[in-house]
This record gives sequence, C-alpha cells and structure tokens, in this order.
Amino acid sequence: MTGSTIIFYLLALLTLVSAVLAVTSRQIFRAAIYLLFTLIGIAGFYFWMQYDFIAAVQIIVYVGGITVLIIFSIFLTQQAGELLPKQKIGRQVFAAAAVFCSFALVMLQMINHHFTVTADQSTTPTIAAIGEKMLATTEDGYALPFEVVSILLLAAMIGCIVIAMRPEDTLPNEQDLQQK
Amino acid sequence: MITPGLYHILFISTALFFIGMYGFFARKNLITMLMSIELILNSVNLNFIAFNKYLWPGRLDGVFFTIFIIAIAAAEAAVAIAIIINLYRSHKSIDVEQTEEMKY
Amino acid sequence: MSNALQIALIPLLPLAAFVILGLFGNKYVNRSAGIIATFLLASSAALAFYTAYQYFFEYGKVEGVYQKVTAFKYTWLQFSDQLSIDIGALIDPITAMMLVVVTFISLLVHIYSLAYLKGEKRFATYYAFLGLFTFSMLGLVLSSNIFQMYIFWELVGVSSFLLIGFYYDKPSAVAACKKAFIVTRFADLGFLIGILVLSFYAGTLDFNTLIERLTSLQSAEFKMATAASFMGISALTWGLVLVFIGGAGKSAMFPLHIWLPDAMEGPTPVSALIHAATMVVAGVFLVARLFPVFQISPIAMDVVAYTGIISALIAAVIACTQTDIKRVLAYSTMSQIGFMMFALGVSKTGGEAGLGFTASMFHLFTHAMFKALLFLGAGAVIHYVHSNEMKDMGGLRKYLPITHITFLIACLAISGIPPFAGFFSKEEILLAAYHHYPVIFYTALITSGLTAFYMFRLYFSIFWNKQTQVHSEHSAPHDSEKHGEGGLAMMLPLIVLAMASCLAGFIHFGNFVTADGKPLTTALHLLFSVAPVVLALAGIGIATWLFLRQNDSPVKYSNKLGNLYKAAHQKFYIDELYGFITQKIIFNLVGRPAAWFDKNIVDGLVNETGNGTTTLAEKIKAFQSGKVQQYAIYFLGGVMGLTVLFIYLWK
Repeated sequence: MTGSTIIFYLLALLTLVSAVLAVTSRQIFRAAIYLLFTLIGIAGFYFWMQYDFIAAVQIIVYVGGITVLIIFSIFLTQQAGELLPKQKIGRQVFAAAAVFCSFALVMLQMINHHFTVTADQSTTPTIAAIGEKMLATTEDGYALPFEVVSILLLAAMIGCIVIAMRPEDTLPNEQDLQQK
Repeated sequence: MITPGLYHILFISTALFFIGMYGFFARKNLITMLMSIELILNSVNLNFIAFNKYLWPGRLDGVFFTIFIIAIAAAEAAVAIAIIINLYRSHKSIDVEQTEEMKY
Repeated sequence: MSNALQIALIPLLPLAAFVILGLFGNKYVNRSAGIIATFLLASSAALAFYTAYQYFFEYGKVEGVYQKVTAFKYTWLQFSDQLSIDIGALIDPITAMMLVVVTFISLLVHIYSLAYLKGEKRFATYYAFLGLFTFSMLGLVLSSNIFQMYIFWELVGVSSFLLIGFYYDKPSAVAACKKAFIVTRFADLGFLIGILVLSFYAGTLDFNTLIERLTSLQSAEFKMATAASFMGISALTWGLVLVFIGGAGKSAMFPLHIWLPDAMEGPTPVSALIHAATMVVAGVFLVARLFPVFQISPIAMDVVAYTGIISALIAAVIACTQTDIKRVLAYSTMSQIGFMMFALGVSKTGGEAGLGFTASMFHLFTHAMFKALLFLGAGAVIHYVHSNEMKDMGGLRKYLPITHITFLIACLAISGIPPFAGFFSKEEILLAAYHHYPVIFYTALITSGLTAFYMFRLYFSIFWNKQTQVHSEHSAPHDSEKHGEGGLAMMLPLIVLAMASCLAGFIHFGNFVTADGKPLTTALHLLFSVAPVVLALAGIGIATWLFLRQNDSPVKYSNKLGNLYKAAHQKFYIDELYGFITQKIIFNLVGRPAAWFDKNIVDGLVNETGNGTTTLAEKIKAFQSGKVQQYAIYFLGGVMGLTVLFIYLWK
C-alpha cells in the first residue's frame, strides 16, 4: 500500500462520485460544480500517470474554459435556485438499465482481453518532444492535423458568432425609429 | 489493495463513459446534456492516455489524440452553447422536449 | 445510266409539289396551288411517258427479251455484306407501264380537281396530299428493293388515310379513314412478316437477287426455304402467303376489303386516283413483281387465284344492290381487281401459259382508264346533284351530255363489249383461266355478266329512269350548262379517259408486258369471245328492262330474292362480322382483360407501391420523434446489438 495507490483510489472516488452527482443533481449549478470536480479528478489522473502537459491542458481548457463557459450559460438561461424538472421515472430506469447492461458488456470484454502491458513505464514525454512532434512535417508528424484543428477552431469561432448574432430584421430599424 | 494498473484506469474511464451516457439519456436540460457529453469525451481522453502510458510508452500518438479531442471539445462546447443560447432566445426554454419542431 | 436523273425526277417532282404546297400552300399560294401541282405533275408525267417509250422501244429489249434495268441504286442501310436496304429504281415492263398509268391518271385527277374542289378551304393541302400520294406510288412501283417497296407501301397507306379523311369534320370520313388505315395496317403486318421470312431465307432484300436466288432450284437459299416448314407448309409458301396478305389488304381483296367502300368518303377525284386506278392495284403489282417466286409455290398461287375469284364474285353481287353510286363503283373496283388477281394466280411463266400474267397487267392498265373515267364521271354527277344516292338521280342525260357519253363508254368498257378496252383484257383473263381452272372460269364468266348488269343498272339509274325533280331548282336555265358540266377542267379528263378507254384495248400488250419478258402474241379467239359477250349483253338487257324506265319491277324482283338480296345489300354482313369479332370477341376476351390487367396489376402495382410506402411511413414516422435522447438510446442499442452479434454470434 503505497502512497501512489492511495492517491489513485482517492482520485477514483472523487471522479466517479462527482460524476454521478453531476448527472443526477437537480440543481443545475451544483451539477456544474460536480462536473468541475470530475474534470479536476481526471486531471489528477493525468498527473498520476505523469503526463503533466496533458494534465495542464486539461485544467486550462476544461476547468478554466469549458466549465466557466457552462456556468455562464447556466447564468444566462436559468433562474437562480430553480430545480430542474424531473425526468420520467420510466425513462430513468430504462436509461440506467441500458447503460448498466452496456457497461457490463464492455467490462466483460475488457477483462477477458489481455493487454500486453509494457514493463518499463519510466519514460514520460517531455513538453519539448510533444512540441517537436506536433509541428513535425515528417511521416509521423502532426503538422497537418494541427492545421486542420486550427481551421476547425476558426470555423467554430465564426460559427458561434453567426449563430449568436441577432438576425438583422429583428434589430430595431433606425429609419423606423426616426419616423416614430 | 491491489496496485492500480491499466485495468483500473480502464474501469474508471468506462464507468465515466456510461455515467455520461446515462446523463445524456436521463437529463432534460440541454446544458446538463452538454455536461454529460463532456464527461464522455473526458473518459475517452483518459483511455487514450492510459493506453499510451501502459502499452506504448515510447510513443506520443495517444497524447496527440487527447490534445486534439480537447481542442475539438472546446470548439464543440462553444458552438453548442451558442446554439443553446440562441434556442433559449427563441423558445424561452432549453428543455430538450421543446426542440421537436423539426421531427418530420 | 444516263437517264438515272430523269427517272429519279419522276417521283421527285410530285414530292416537290408536296413539300412546297405542304409548307407554304395554305398561306401563300392557296389559289394557284392546283396550277403548280398540275404543272409539276405534268412534267413528271411527260418524263414517265418518255422513260416508258425509251424503255420499250430503245434500250429495254435485248435480244427480244425485256430486261430488268436498274436505273440507279444507293445503299442506304448496310446490315451485313449481303444484306442492305437500298434506294434504287428498277425498270422493267410492269414498272414502265405503272409509271405511265400512275402519272397519267394522277395528272388527269389533278386537272379534274382544279374545278371539282374549287373554293375548298384546304385546296393547297389537298394538292399537297395528292403530290405525296403520287410520289409514294411512283416510289413503290420503282422500288428495286423489297424493303424500299414496303416503305413506300406504308407512305401510300398514309397518304390514302390523309385523303380519305380530307373532310375531317365529317364523322363518317373520320371513321372511314381510320378503318382504312387499320385494316391495311393489319394486312401490312402480314406483308412485313412475309418480307422478313423471304429475305431471311434469300439473304437479300434486293428484288433481282431475291428472285434469282429463290427461283433457281439448285441454290442453297431455295433449298433452305423449301426445306424449312411450319405446319406442313414450306417457309417459302408462308412468306409468299404473308406477302400476299399485305397485297390483299391494299387491293381490298376478300376478306380485307371492308375499308374500300367506306373509303369513298374521300373527295371523288381521290377515289378515282387512289381507290380505283392506282393504290388498290398495288397488291396486284406486288404479286406481279414477285411473280417468279410465287410461281414456285402452287399453294401460294392457288391462294392468290381463289382469293381473287371469290372477291370478284362477292363484290359483283354486292355491287348489284348498293344504292350509293360511289359504293357501287368501289365494289366494282374490288371485283375487277379480283379478276386481275386470279389471272395472276392461274398464270404460268413463258409462252401461251403466261397469258394470265399479261392479261392481268393488261386489265390493270385498261381498268385504270375506265374506272378512273367512271369515278370522275360519278364525280361530275355528284358535283351536279350534291348527293351520292341513286334515288336522287335520274334523267340526267340532258343536263350532263358529255358526262353521259363518257360514262356510257366506260360502262361498255367495263362490261366487256367490243371494241372497248375492257373487252380485250377481260377476254384474255378468261382465256387464261379457261384451260386449267374450269371453276374459276365459269365463276368469272358469271361475274362478268353481273358486272355488265350492275354497271348498267348504275348507268340507267343516273342518266335515264325517272325525271328527277331534286336538282331542277338549282339547275336554273342560266347556269345549268356551266354548273352542270363543271367546265373544261372537269370535262377534259373525262374526254381523254374516254378516248383511252376506247383505244387502250388495241395495244398489243403481249408485246410489252409478259411474265418472262419475251413477247407473247395473243390471238383473239372469236368463238371463245361469244359466251362472255352474250352474257354481258344479257346483263345489259336485264338492266335495261329493269331500270330504263321508272317502274316497280326492281323492287318486286328484289323482294322475290328475299334474303339473298338483303344479305347482298348488307354486304353479306362482313362488316357486322368484323364488328362482332372486334367488339364482342377481341374487346371482351382480349381488350377487357388487358385493360383489367393494366388497371389492376400494372397501375395497381404502382399505386400499391405508393400507398404502401405512405402507410409504412405513417407507421414508422413515430420513430422519427425528434427526441434526441431517443435517438441516442436507439444508437446505443444498435451499437451494443452489433457488438453482441459480432463478438458472440459471428465467430
């Protein structure tokens, strides 16, 4: 029973419990906070696996970015203190059953499958290695997907602006105002 | 207690995945559904990193997939929230049951 | 050949008339359309006469035998090395003769129509159709290729259809043209199949080659054609009989004759041109063209002969009872074509035995003259009386003197009274039948007696008999002459044709047109001629007795004949039989089930596909609920189902 093992189980507990609470809590703001804890827990796993860079990205993007975004949108669309409407119990039971069966199936497969785990896990990627590989244009380089993702982000940005923009005809017309 | 290894992490990621799935099925609010999707994406990321660490520690592909998924998830979240807010503007509600107008 | 152009121009000039008048006629040259067409046709006729003259007297005869000359030939559709459809012109004695007949009659009809159709609104259209018809008919007789002939054959059918239906606002004309078209089309199907059978075995479509291959007893094609048999009859015979069905349809032979009397709904000059002198003899021409091949098959020859004589007799009997003068003439035409047919059927090739062929062609020639004359005369009468019915006529000889004389000449000619044209040709036909076919001979003898009777019945009913009052009001003294005779344009053709009817008989036809090309001297057997002439005179005598003065004996005798008269008057119920077969049997047994099948199975299938899809869509559209979560559950279920399937069940 090393410290590492204890930390792992604690992280697992934090992640799973807050994940379950995030999808069951009827107070949406709390659900968002539970989601935040889940994401932090996952970042913790990355740290635990010594993938520091990914852990940092996880915290910056998810915890700092997406969760804040979600919380903002909750503020914009939700009255404070309002409980979420209850889902039909049948649906809940059905969803839980379906999910549990699927989960069991996947776990069964996974346990039966033998992964050949590499013994030596000491090497962890340095940030420099990640950066070089990311921008490499050689055969294994990720320059092209990187560019594609950047275009995707640009498209998403433009898309958000277009979606969020009010259609022009709903804007009050200046001439109309003057006439009035 | 057993020393945690690949199977433990895979169990956690699978559990996270299906918890997200359950949330996606059982929730009515679009924002909470979006949160469920984030859970699912995160479980996948965790999987990638775990495989990268335990099966091919010398390589970086799992890391890159994770990075790209995070980027795409960010974009997706941004677009989804833009849509949700727009929907709220027109319907005064973000209940998924209210968004069935285009069904036929 | 140096005269290829000259021959090509013969059919092309009428075509030019058709094109010019068809395109521009009604708008620009409606009044002068007749003049233009007549002029073009006159040129064509002159060329035709010149060509015939050249052929008969200059180059056609080589060592005493008339050759088949191919004036020009262009390959049009090449199917294989051997088989091609050509467009060409083949000149032989019968073609040369037909060129003369067609252009001559057509020219006279053109001239006649100038007056007859004056003031008609679609004057130019009429002349355009006439041009089309003349073109197709000339193309038909010039054809060097059996398929080319078929093309023109159909063109002739179409132009005939157009001309019969010329008064298309008259329902009866519309019905008549449809009937003519359908009946001849039906027969043409036989012709087409016949062509295919013959050309399949002969391996060619060219007339010369086809005849050569199928008549030489040693050739492989001949052996194959006679060896292959269907229902116990050789393929060659089948082919010939099928071709003959086509000919019989066009020539209004029993039992495909029903369209011809109805076709009289067309303008009278058209009847003269198409339904008396030219188109209806196309069948005869076809058989004559393929005569050497027909010669090979006795069965086909018998079919031709007996169809001919049965048609001749039936038509003659029906003609005795009809009251519409054009219908009388139509049945008379059918009867005379029957004569030509059986003359061909009893003929052999070469020498005295080939008399039938010569006689048939001779009769075709003379018949064209006097039958056109009869029709044009009848046209003049109708023009005057404005009616086709005999009861509206009588005593017209004073008003229509020229028509009267020419009509009388034509009647004498058709009855076979010497020295008019019909006498000579009919004698030859009877003589040809006399030797080997006694049944046909005696039937023909009776028929020719009947011919004389009904022609003179017609003649007396129109020009003698009662003094008709009907026309007296509109034949007021001041214009009776002018209106009655229809002017020079109408009288000139009558006079020319009357002269031709008088003189045509004296041509020594045997010198020119024979089955084998060698001249045939036809002696006139005076003793033999006695019987037919006496019979004809007897027919005329009876007709004179019954119809010269108005009396009630015709009614009395027709009543005595009772059912026979009634049956003949009703055309032996053949129309009714066809009506019964088509309407009761074909419509009910074939048409109805086909319609039912179409409505319920074919349409039903389509409808059911549509309805079924709609119903199914109604049922499954609940799945498309728009509920995103449901979709996701389906999706998960699908994925898991596939997982189970692939992992556990599909090993």
